[in-house]
Amino acid sequence: MNDFAASLAARAFRLGRRVFSRPRIDLPLAIGLLILALMGLTVLYSASNLDAGTVGGQATRFVIGAVLMIAISRIPPNLLRAWTPWFYAIGVLLLVVVKVLGEGQGANRWLDVGVIRFQPSELMKLAMPMMIAWYLHPRPLPPRWRDLFVALVLIAIPAFLIFKQPDLGTALLVAASGLFVLFLAGLQWWKIGAATVAAVAAGPIALHFMHGYQRQRIVTFLHPESDPLGSGWHILQSMIAVGSGGIFGKGFNQGTQSKLEFLPEHTTDFIFAVLGEEFGLVGVLALLAVYAFIVGRCLWIAANARDTWSRLVAGSFALAFMVYVIVNGGMIAGLLPVVGVPLPLVSYGGTSAITLLAGFGVVMSIHAHRKWTP
Amino acid sequence: MNGRGELKDERERRARFGRRALAGFAIMLALVMVVAGRFVYLQVYEHAEYSTRAKANRVRLTHLAPPRGLIYDREGKLLADNVPAFRLDVIPDQVKHMDAMLQRLAEVVPLTDDDIRRFKQSLRQHRSFEAVPLKFHLTESERDRFAIDQWQFPGVSIAPYLTRNYPYGPAFAHVVGYVGRIDDKELQHLDPDKYAGSTHIGKTGIEKEYEDLLHGTPGYEVVEVNANQRPLRVLQRVAAKPGKNLYLTIDERLQQATIDAFAGQTGAAVAIDPRNGNVLAMVTVPSFDPNLFVNGISQADYAALLDDEEKPLLNRAMRGGYPPGSTVKPFLGLGGLELGLRTPADTVLSTGTWYLPGSSRGYRDDTRYGAGNVNLVQAITQSVNTYFYSLAYKMGIGRFDEWMAKFGFGSPTGIDLPDETGGVLPSPEWKRKTFKQPWFPGETVIAGIGQGYWMVTPLQMAHALAALANGGSSHTPHLLAATGDGLDSPEVAYRQPPPVQITHAPADLEAVKQGMLGVIYNPAGTAYAAGIGKGFPYLIAGKTGTAERYSRTTEAYNTNKNLAYLASRHRAWFICYAPADHPQIAIAVVLEHGAWGGSAAAPIARKMLDQWLADTPPSERPPVPVTATAATPAASAPTTP
Repeated sequence: MNDFAASLAARAFRLGRRVFSRPRIDLPLAIGLLILALMGLTVLYSASNLDAGTVGGQATRFVIGAVLMIAISRIPPNLLRAWTPWFYAIGVLLLVVVKVLGEGQGANRWLDVGVIRFQPSELMKLAMPMMIAWYLHPRPLPPRWRDLFVALVLIAIPAFLIFKQPDLGTALLVAASGLFVLFLAGLQWWKIGAATVAAVAAGPIALHFMHGYQRQRIVTFLHPESDPLGSGWHILQSMIAVGSGGIFGKGFNQGTQSKLEFLPEHTTDFIFAVLGEEFGLVGVLALLAVYAFIVGRCLWIAANARDTWSRLVAGSFALAFMVYVIVNGGMIAGLLPVVGVPLPLVSYGGTSAITLLAGFGVVMSIHAHRKWTP
Repeated sequence: MNGRGELKDERERRARFGRRALAGFAIMLALVMVVAGRFVYLQVYEHAEYSTRAKANRVRLTHLAPPRGLIYDREGKLLADNVPAFRLDVIPDQVKHMDAMLQRLAEVVPLTDDDIRRFKQSLRQHRSFEAVPLKFHLTESERDRFAIDQWQFPGVSIAPYLTRNYPYGPAFAHVVGYVGRIDDKELQHLDPDKYAGSTHIGKTGIEKEYEDLLHGTPGYEVVEVNANQRPLRVLQRVAAKPGKNLYLTIDERLQQATIDAFAGQTGAAVAIDPRNGNVLAMVTVPSFDPNLFVNGISQADYAALLDDEEKPLLNRAMRGGYPPGSTVKPFLGLGGLELGLRTPADTVLSTGTWYLPGSSRGYRDDTRYGAGNVNLVQAITQSVNTYFYSLAYKMGIGRFDEWMAKFGFGSPTGIDLPDETGGVLPSPEWKRKTFKQPWFPGETVIAGIGQGYWMVTPLQMAHALAALANGGSSHTPHLLAATGDGLDSPEVAYRQPPPVQITHAPADLEAVKQGMLGVIYNPAGTAYAAGIGKGFPYLIAGKTGTAERYSRTTEAYNTNKNLAYLASRHRAWFICYAPADHPQIAIAVVLEHGAWGGSAAAPIARKMLDQWLADTPPSERPPVPVTATAATPAASAPTTP
């Protein structure tokens, strides 16, 4: 018995040493992420009214995510690629489980597994590009009509499940992460253009077939001023917070908008506004620069990857990551309707942070193994 | 093999990816620039503006609950009104120690456990700077006491609001219903935006049925507050849109006259305009005061209502189920004609007892030696059981059910009130499902005189009679006549579903009508002795019904004629419509402890008819048949001896 335990421990130790002794993390990317995490925790500390518990919880998640990231970076990409269909299937299964198990009214996005609660839709943000890349990987590129069709079906299934939760914002973002793979795979520009035109044209037609109340939802979505009690109020308060911050901001923990609880959800979806109020334009541009650097680095890694799957996964993950930032920033600044999109690695929330860091683990694995992957 | 655009070469793939990645990065950077540009605009160019707004405009958003729509009767009398009242509001983020404050406050203004529980519930539903109602309907002394001690309770204030008032009290409790405070269960499925600031919701009756129309749309106020959270000025105000006013088909005077006619006896009455299904009166006696429920009924009041043996909370008119008794005979008689089983001239011999063919089981008439040979008109007039026993038997339960269901028996009428019950129209399937027993032929026979398992609601009965009176054309009964937006905009009339035509045979209907006229005007008629046709300017067609509350244990004739004894055993029905030639009102009356339909229930119907005549403006009344009496059974009726 003891022998067994000892051998198990020894194995675990050897595995741990293999994984962590020579971490193959990409240093520029890691530094970029570290800066981002520290900025995020600083803003969160202020946004949560100097609540150490909130910040500690988030920091713990970052540590868990970082460990996961380092572990994944040690796994060769061809192994990750082989696991991809399972990862995708489990993700879809969890989405179905959430739909079935979800009780009560309103949106069902969370899965309760004893100690942890997580959102399968966040998992899908990573599983989606991996799956589409897996499917396109052995096939001629740019994708032919039939392959394109299969890929679109693979994108549509989880997107539809998330849409039915209902969570339109996340559904669109998850779908986008799959579409980016098609874009990076060289899908012809004229097809992209035609699809865009078709989507734009379908809008009014879809609007025509909607019920009155559904149409009202869309109108509210597009014109938040028409909903002054709900999302319109959020946007107004958010713009006051950002605008009053000015160039240099009011200083750490000095934001009146968030302190007086005018700003809703100031630790999650609206945390960017806290940054804008307390650190001003300088803080906002610095944060955007860090994001741009991270995305640029990921794309550089993608361009230097040795196989199609690696390129497509790293590239689309990077583009999707930037889209989250743009959508959240656009919402905070009153450019886009209020949709529940967190600011990556800054907003308070577990699943998102851990999944994103796992995604960076995949990117790092691709970089670390570029030399000997065929 | 490979198409034009396909890339075979790995190097080419890489190059292509590189171009795409670069293009993607360029697009992303461009979008980031747009977002960054927007931040520059907000934080540099608009900074002064937003800075002012953040500093000076520490604004609060206050919801303005919409005034609830009013409810009127057909003549514009207010059945449900809004009156000003006062309540205690608490702004949570101005209270440091909520529990301690509530404890101290309770010494000044009494707070029930219920008040506190509901308050804590709604605390979770509001933003911390929004006022949350704590106690409704403060008395004057409570207001005075609080005003003196107000300085001790920062964040607590007296706020005026509009509360529902039902000026007619019990008279319309079962029709108009009442509003009450929104409870936990309702909170879960209410649209939080629509009910922001609202505290009450329709619980029963019209108040519940037309909640969507009555509620209205909330408004809001953007209020500037100073550092101490005191409101300074209103920056923006969007008024609430009041709910729609409802105009009902019901007539307050007829309703009141009906209640008076019951003189405290337990029962129900419904009057419907057969031409359009308008409900003119819908009465349940006893009733209760709906005002008690508006701001939370006290335990004692509620217990008193629940413990009352006559169950005043029961809406007898549409939820009370009673065996219809002989009132079904006109409907069955018409069915016999329609299905070709009888002609109006066919006679049946009534000897006092009718035997099921091939059986010694006897079914009795009301008179010991029977009524002799009777045709349909006589059978209805004298309520001869034998005629209908044999007709029901001949028809068979299948056709019987099918026919009666056409008049709406056995299913809710679809009136615009919540929680209507459908009574019971027994069928073999129904019995199998309910009792797991087969159907016996004898049960078909007693169904022919409205006994057995058959249960109807007074509303169903009035609805069926209205269809009969309206030439077999059935309108869904309804209470809403029109909606209005107040003084300025025109009222919108209720859109009625098209009627359902049950029969097209005027001759058949005429025969049944003659029988029902006989009930009132023929000396042999079951309601003749009550004299309800006397002195009324129009002809009345009616039918009595006396249903036994308990089944008889012996076959012997009961000779106990003591009225109190009979009343304890019977439910008395009377149904009628008038004027018989062009019916404008159909009435069903049931008394829970009525000895006989003719003597106990019919006089109530007559008082309703008298009031209806008084209510109808002379221009809308049908011409009085001055000489027409010669052509009616009334002429053949000798004067009372």
